[in-house]
Amino acid sequence: MSIDYSQKIPNNVNLASNKTLQRALEHWQPAFLDWWGEMGPDKSTTADVYLRTAVSAEPQGWAHFDYVRMPDYRWGIFLAPAEEGRKINFGEHMGQPAWQEVPGEYRSTLRRIIVTQGDTEPASVEQQRHLGLTAPSMYDLRNLFQVNVEEGRHLWAMVYLLHAHFGRDGREEGEALLERRSGDADNPRILTAFNEKTPDWLSFFMFTFITDRDGKYQLAALAESGFDPLSRTCRFMLTEEAHHLFVGEQGVARIIQRTCEVMANEKTDDPVRLRALGVIDLPTLQKYLNFHYSVTSDLYGAEVSSNAASYYTNGLKGRFNEAKLEDDHRLDSENYSILDVVDGKIVERQVSALTVLNERLRDDWVKDVQAGVSRWNKVPEKYGIPFRFTLPHKGFNRKIGIFADLHVSPDGRVISEAEWQARVADWMPTAEDRAFVQSLMGRVIEPGKFANWIAPPSRGINNQPVDFEYVRFN
Amino acid sequence: MAIAEKGKQHLIDPGICIRCNSCEEACTISAITHDERNYVVKPDVCSECRDCVPVCPTGAIDNWFAIVPGEAWSIEEQFSWDELPAPTAAAPPPQPAIPQEVERLTAEATAGQGGPAPAPWSAEKPAVNLYTEKNPITATVTGNLRLTAEGASADIRHIILDFGGAHFPLLEGQNIGIIPPGSDGKGRPHFVRLYSVASPREGERPGYNNCALTVKRVVEDHESRPIRGVCSNYLCDLEKGDKVQVIGPFGANFLMPNHPGSSLMMICTGTGSAPMRAMTERRRRRRELNEGGSLMLFFGARAQDELPYHGPLMKLPQEFIDINFAFSRVPGEPKRYVQDRIRERHEDVWRHLNDEECYIYLCGLKGMEKGVDEAFRDVCRLHGGDWDKLLPQLRGKGRYHIETY
Repeated sequence: MSIDYSQKIPNNVNLASNKTLQRALEHWQPAFLDWWGEMGPDKSTTADVYLRTAVSAEPQGWAHFDYVRMPDYRWGIFLAPAEEGRKINFGEHMGQPAWQEVPGEYRSTLRRIIVTQGDTEPASVEQQRHLGLTAPSMYDLRNLFQVNVEEGRHLWAMVYLLHAHFGRDGREEGEALLERRSGDADNPRILTAFNEKTPDWLSFFMFTFITDRDGKYQLAALAESGFDPLSRTCRFMLTEEAHHLFVGEQGVARIIQRTCEVMANEKTDDPVRLRALGVIDLPTLQKYLNFHYSVTSDLYGAEVSSNAASYYTNGLKGRFNEAKLEDDHRLDSENYSILDVVDGKIVERQVSALTVLNERLRDDWVKDVQAGVSRWNKVPEKYGIPFRFTLPHKGFNRKIGIFADLHVSPDGRVISEAEWQARVADWMPTAEDRAFVQSLMGRVIEPGKFANWIAPPSRGINNQPVDFEYVRFN
Repeated sequence: MAIAEKGKQHLIDPGICIRCNSCEEACTISAITHDERNYVVKPDVCSECRDCVPVCPTGAIDNWFAIVPGEAWSIEEQFSWDELPAPTAAAPPPQPAIPQEVERLTAEATAGQGGPAPAPWSAEKPAVNLYTEKNPITATVTGNLRLTAEGASADIRHIILDFGGAHFPLLEGQNIGIIPPGSDGKGRPHFVRLYSVASPREGERPGYNNCALTVKRVVEDHESRPIRGVCSNYLCDLEKGDKVQVIGPFGANFLMPNHPGSSLMMICTGTGSAPMRAMTERRRRRRELNEGGSLMLFFGARAQDELPYHGPLMKLPQEFIDINFAFSRVPGEPKRYVQDRIRERHEDVWRHLNDEECYIYLCGLKGMEKGVDEAFRDVCRLHGGDWDKLLPQLRGKGRYHIETY
């Protein structure tokens, strides 16, 4: 079904046929626009940005590129096409038709799942709102804005579900989503990682590479849901999420490339000298990786979780690629291996697979992050530089779960408080590291020009040249 | 037909791909697969439908290499790559990029149908983008005739441009870009404007290297607010012998079929008649070849004296072209739009919609799109058909083309 842009709220859900819902959302729309005006990208309102907008949820209509003035971006409600006769494919309701309405007994749980997911969307817009002022290129500025409008659209997607299926409670939650603020002491965003600052572009790229990848895995697990509207919403969001991962992966890869270029030209790996040359040394990049990886790891929650087990059994949230996995899809008698700490030592332990679904989703994510890091490593390899990026141990710098009360080194040793304090500056970005990265941030917005610390991409957006005018300032 | 048989291969750039699986998910014929290392395209399965291109967040998917048929890279070879191989000798040299303003205008013009539809299978292969903003061609004005009556509110002109000794091949339905001289209020050069050619491929006059444009002098915007169109006024004021900077040709989709027996159904308003005139003229010049097929035209304007090419059209024999005018501002008569005429002619329209040999073209103001779409829907309903099902089939076969502005 194509998207109806003649409506006040573009949608492919035939919103006009449900006047109550349409009115409720039209009432929420100005509040959203106020929020965007207040908390959306700083000083972006006069620019025409070369953005991708969906004109239908089918593949061919998916990516329509044109200049859009940001406040005029048409946020709307798009669900992936319905799958005829879709069945619930895991848990105790397996084989039953997927639910088109929320089952009463799961109402509050589903609402909490949707609110938690929805809360991350405006949060990241808030976290990133000042980055436009220090964009390393017009190309990157465009990518930032694309990420921002899509996070805004994801909020719309979740608010639609709340309004359409959760009545008055849902509408109140929709309002609360616009009231919480990232990093606000009194009314913060729900998840910790979304209250951290995204102060510089390295953090932004790490965030989109690592933390938005958590988003991908959460959405993928919810796309398996027995609640069909949630599944269809998440399936469409996943296509957009892939762009964010791309921005992060190639953003960091271009930073690595630029550093490696300078290292090869100057024949040095001395961080002090490299910093003086205005590029980010590889060990500092590793520290940022350690930080973002460990903080995001916490987003999956505790390894052993009865909540996750009941979400699964009740058919609300599946595993990554649930439909493609070959087992009984009930996990009554399956085991899964997790890490545990016994007498100060990290050991492997077999536990009931049903109880550790958070860990399993985290493992899927780890594998995916690792694959991206391996692709980054091809850059120094190409330049003949021996440095390789590695993911720290799962227990490193964790605040939630089995490792929360311990200190674990990146190589996986349980260490003392004293050793942690002595070494933490080698493993995590220090205030000085952050100040250095911050010092590189300056605005470069001439088409085709790039800040000194980052290489140009090998290809432009939508086959446009790299020096294309991705943003027109008026 | 698999793409490899056409001497082409679709490849994913492993240096850019982020392995997000979006392409594999989007591919309805399972032509894309992956291993731990790479996503790859099966050369014997891929049909070049390009469903995977819009969903790719990176652009890594959009590589189409010319190959010697039968010598495609296997998926095993593709699995081993870290980057794409150098293009083979068979590959054509890279084309300059289509100017962004042209891309934007084309996207806007075809947005109503969700982007350009493929060209008819028998369409002549068009030359595209031979002259760019960096190296435009200079054409000479050899004619500028007013097509509408002196008293009519619209000033529509037939302008003939001569390319001298330069190679500027054009097909009916293609556009050329005009760059008006000077700059806007902020000192920036004017944007390029696109005009559909109104003459057939051999030129306005066979044997001469020229083409014709249909240009309306813009004196108000879509909401009737006064505005002076920079490029249209520039063109309408041109005199014989003036020089014009031209780029192009552009457009590889809105093209007419070449095969004998093919029919055309053309729906236009105002200067949207330009490509219809080009196609009609092409067919008129070939009449004595008796190639078969029919022409049906729906043409809307405010009144008869505002209708470009009214005189010449009226001279065409009825057995050659079935003409249906719709006038919306004739004093004392109800307003009639092209969609009204389409509904009146539902029997023939329905027959044409279902005739595999009939190709349909729509060109004119954006506002007509919806009305025509609804008219087609009504015609289908009346005959027990389903427009929502038919439309994608028409588009897929290159039988339905929209260009609106």
